[in-house]
Amino acid sequence: MSVQSPISSVNDFVVRFANVNGSGSASANELFARSILRHGVPVSPRNIFPSNIQGLPTWYEVRVTEDGHLGARGAVDMMVAMNPQTWDKDVASIQPGGYLFYDSTKPMPTSKFREDITVIGVPLTAITNSTYTDPRQRQLFKNIIYLGALCALLDLDPKLVEQLIGEQYKGKEKLLSSNVHALHLGRDWALQNLKCPIGLRVKKSDKVGDRIFIEGNSAAALGAVYGGATVCAWYPITPSSSVAEAFTSHCKKYRHDPETGKAKYAIVQGEDELASIGIVIGASWNGARAFTATSGPGISLMTEFIGLSYFAEIPAVIMNIQRAGPSTGMPTRTQQCDVIACAYASHGDTKHVLLFPEDPAEAFEFAAAAFDLAERLQTTIFLMLDLDIGMNHRLCRPLKWDDAKQYDRGKVMTAEMLEEGRDFGRYLDVDGDGIPYRTYPGTHPTKGSYFTRGTSRDRYARYSEEGAVYADNMQRLVRKFETAQDMVPRPLQANAAKPTKYGVLYFGSTSPAMDEAIGILEARGHQLDRMRIRAFPFHSSVASFIADHDFVYVVEQNRDAQLRQLIVNENGIDPVRLVPILHYDGTPITARFIANAIGDHQDHLKVTPLRKAVT
Amino acid sequence: MTYIAKPKFHHPGLKKNELGYTHRDYEGKISTLCAGCGHDSITASIIEACYELSIEPHRVAKISGIGCSSKTPDYFLGNSHGFNSVHGRMPSVLTGANLANRDLIYLGVSGDGDSASIGFGQFAHSIRRAVNMTYIVENNGVYGLTKGQFSATADRGSKSKKGVTNTDNAIDLVAIALQLGATFVARSFSGDKTQLVPLIAAAIRHKGASFIDVISPCIAFNNHAGSTKSFDYVREHNDAVNRLDVLVGRDPISVDYAPGTVQVVEQHDGSRLALRKLDADYDPHDRLGAMTFLQKHAAKGQIVTGLLYVDPEAEDLHTHLDTVETPLNTLDEQALCPGSAVLDKINASLR
Repeated sequence: MSVQSPISSVNDFVVRFANVNGSGSASANELFARSILRHGVPVSPRNIFPSNIQGLPTWYEVRVTEDGHLGARGAVDMMVAMNPQTWDKDVASIQPGGYLFYDSTKPMPTSKFREDITVIGVPLTAITNSTYTDPRQRQLFKNIIYLGALCALLDLDPKLVEQLIGEQYKGKEKLLSSNVHALHLGRDWALQNLKCPIGLRVKKSDKVGDRIFIEGNSAAALGAVYGGATVCAWYPITPSSSVAEAFTSHCKKYRHDPETGKAKYAIVQGEDELASIGIVIGASWNGARAFTATSGPGISLMTEFIGLSYFAEIPAVIMNIQRAGPSTGMPTRTQQCDVIACAYASHGDTKHVLLFPEDPAEAFEFAAAAFDLAERLQTTIFLMLDLDIGMNHRLCRPLKWDDAKQYDRGKVMTAEMLEEGRDFGRYLDVDGDGIPYRTYPGTHPTKGSYFTRGTSRDRYARYSEEGAVYADNMQRLVRKFETAQDMVPRPLQANAAKPTKYGVLYFGSTSPAMDEAIGILEARGHQLDRMRIRAFPFHSSVASFIADHDFVYVVEQNRDAQLRQLIVNENGIDPVRLVPILHYDGTPITARFIANAIGDHQDHLKVTPLRKAVT
Repeated sequence: MTYIAKPKFHHPGLKKNELGYTHRDYEGKISTLCAGCGHDSITASIIEACYELSIEPHRVAKISGIGCSSKTPDYFLGNSHGFNSVHGRMPSVLTGANLANRDLIYLGVSGDGDSASIGFGQFAHSIRRAVNMTYIVENNGVYGLTKGQFSATADRGSKSKKGVTNTDNAIDLVAIALQLGATFVARSFSGDKTQLVPLIAAAIRHKGASFIDVISPCIAFNNHAGSTKSFDYVREHNDAVNRLDVLVGRDPISVDYAPGTVQVVEQHDGSRLALRKLDADYDPHDRLGAMTFLQKHAAKGQIVTGLLYVDPEAEDLHTHLDTVETPLNTLDEQALCPGSAVLDKINASLR
């Protein structure tokens, strides 16, 4: 084995923690990530966890990135190996020259290590057991002790970590001091016994700015609070459950009447996804803003109701936190695999509006906007997150709200309008935009009532099986979908420094990896214009972007190139012009993957013409 | 379901209720069900009950699933919003509607296929959650719209029109509703309007989950010998435990009652239910007793009808969720949006 010099890097490395789930490591690991942020250095952490509560392996990866690359990087510079079960795999995954941090209380055979990495042993169990007697305390403080040791090894400022612990245990003096004590136990041991710092170091910087650190699910739930959602019905399913849980906790803080203490919201945990969407449809039909959060299997169950929402024109907001399918698939792994399932959900001819936020900040904005869109368009709006955005803390711009903003409640005919003698046809297109007026139940004693049904009916909501009447309605629904095109968030385009014949389309959580990949590709001499799609129906600029380039790569996190299929289908694009770049193993897509895939394709394009080769 | 408009003229001397509405104001479109269908009698009973209670017709939301029974909301309360939703999913749609606006009256109309088979779960959970509603199952033991297949309420041993004997056990929705905590439970027969009308009226005035199972013979597919849901069979086996009068406002209790035969139940909203006992031992406040009574009589082939259980102190889902008195669908930005100053604080806590 060749001699490998230890990796030396300041503010640019990946630390991965290998833990056993249920061991309380999550909060210590998150504390580690937050501490680095407090040094002004961006981090991008990711949970890699099993569909299990206790005993199975779980990993937490922190990418320390002065340059602010928030996508997953791939490869590990330092492994904090706290799980004997995954030891061999964990040790093998360290980059040559990397570092292995482990609990050296029990001696390990040399065969268990590698020669091309730096091995750092800290007797964590011994330190813990000599200090604590309670088994639960031993387990929890062991995590803080390794955090302390890492502080010394990576040259973290202990004051900043203490400050964070202080904020976390504000008012709980005993917990605060015991955590700080444990932190120093680990740090002091490392300082006295190890060469500190190692080649990987954190140095104070100013690259975080005013950005915030939040999970996408929590941000989306907050968007629902700001967007005026009053009814939430849901059924637990990973990775979406934390949306409803966050909505509950936000509502408890911000949605109680200050005088009576009563709730200005209603949250129901349904018996299944069918009930959840049924409650949403019932509430929206009755004029409340309502939503559900779910994931792939839930979408499958909801499809009959989604068709009703489309056809009977009832607003609904569905937050789909995508995970790897099909079937139960990989419930704790990320993918963008429900694009087609959501775009065309339900039987018969249907099309639905999809919103693709790239991070928590957009998840917040789009969640709030989804309620305006749902009521304006009187149909289902999907907010398409995925596990990578939803369940990981992500550094993003601060959330913003304009206090002058008023909710767009859409076309609702009031008792006054009916009194004035306005012609009310529930499915009558009075404005030419395909969107009819609706009335809320209980509006007027004699005018404006109608019978909502999933069967076909005429413009005045009267049952009809006449072919022409049915077709008229279906064409209006197409018109409405065209109207939606100009209401949904537009794609964002960024052109390469030099004119290029090649472009790339991408969406959602691929965003940070794509941004980083562009830099790598430029360094390799490949120029690419890029466009981030933020919604379906596609804005006309998507088709023009494709027309303006010879080839357009479509980068997505699923096997079947679902976004590409949707573009081909909806815009009549020649599929040859759209080159799929697909990542679908359940891990978040990386810049390296994108750069390699696009770079290789670009290199192939630069084949020397045969004629020249001969001469 | 064809759209047929009903002529609007009516006799000038038609009686009016307290609000000045006539019976006609509570009607809907002309029924397209088979002539003689039990469901039409239930429709008529709903109209009668709403008229008698002087309900503002547009303050009712009528919600149904799919099937013959679920078509009926089109045939009553023409000035109310109706929602013929998805098969078996009326309870969830109704729950959502109720959460959005607690001030309307919610009438859920369903059938035995809709509630005991495809929607059994939703039926159960809406009862469990104590949604303030009147849940009526028009129970004929058969799938009418698809021409005569057994439903889950068909009794074991009963015969289909084609002569097939049902070998599956029947689901008794009343027994389930009692077990799941419905606070108003009744059974009636579409052929007995005098029993049914006051039951519907009392259920509407009940604040909580009211459930009424109405045996409603299917004239086309389940009214033959060998059926246990036929007009003849139900008449012969009907075992009514009580008769009910609903007293609203200051109505005096009728002097016609013989002493000791009437039990008066005062509901939360002030309405009083005068129960004329037909079975001296039956206590409509005893949930467990009711369950036992039902089982014993069912074993003897009897169909127990009447007000089987009522809890006048019932609570509903809004009580449990502690929601504001103002309907949620009327709250605006002011009431719902925490605003930018709060958001700034939230941002600060996330750094």
